[in-house]
Amino acid sequence: MGNPMKIRAASKDGVTEIKVLMSHEMETGQRKDASGAVVPAWFINEVTAKLDGKTVLQAQWGPSVSKNPYLAFKVKGGKAGDKVSVTWVDNKGDTRTDEATVT
Amino acid sequence: MTQHWMERRPMERRQVLTFVGALAAAGIVVPRAAFANWDKAAFEAKTLDDALKALGAGSPANSGDVQIVASDIAENGAVVPIQAVSKLPNTERIAILVEKNPNMLAAAYDIGPDTVPDVTARIKMGQTSNVLVVVKADGKFYSAAKEIKVTLGGCGG
Repeated sequence: MGNPMKIRAASKDGVTEIKVLMSHEMETGQRKDASGAVVPAWFINEVTAKLDGKTVLQAQWGPSVSKNPYLAFKVKGGKAGDKVSVTWVDNKGDTRTDEATVT
Repeated sequence: MTQHWMERRPMERRQVLTFVGALAAAGIVVPRAAFANWDKAAFEAKTLDDALKALGAGSPANSGDVQIVASDIAENGAVVPIQAVSKLPNTERIAILVEKNPNMLAAAYDIGPDTVPDVTARIKMGQTSNVLVVVKADGKFYSAAKEIKVTLGGCGG
């Protein structure tokens, strides 16, 4: 399940800016541990963001996205009180969805 | 500071070598079952041409309407903020690629019709490299490139 995401969504002048900070190791699969064994890749590979139930952004990520990934984008429309939901899926099939309200 | 550099340097080189040396292993250790829509071919491409081909981009036209907002020097290659902006109408997709990473493609964003083609991400960079933003707009591909210097030592270069 992972830890909760931090989602901030603010509407200004008809544009809603959504900022998301996720909590994930984003292990590349390139690193080796102290014994020389490769640390298996473990990363978020799909992210879906919805505003008011409508998908506004879909992201596909590789392991070179930084640890604890940050995502920011803007959507035309949206108003205070609208629901933002963000879902990620990682390469182990783990998934997490968090919601926030536009301010 | 000088002494610190001397001590740190061999280790950094080793880390870089490990990073590069483990390339082959990466393809093997990634579990495959979980990927539904994930564009495996594009993300696992080892050359820029292959990555662009897998994205369907071929050789994208350089365009001033594609912008990369990022600092010229990244002191920490583990966290490099990149803002990718497209001023092209009907932008459908924005992809961020790092030329000298083991797998070039870092992220691809599918932009909804009401979404502003302006996304910000934080990516990892193994070394100083060109960062490429490829945009699909109206079915055509456009790109922009920017070199970002990575100072591995973190001593400010």
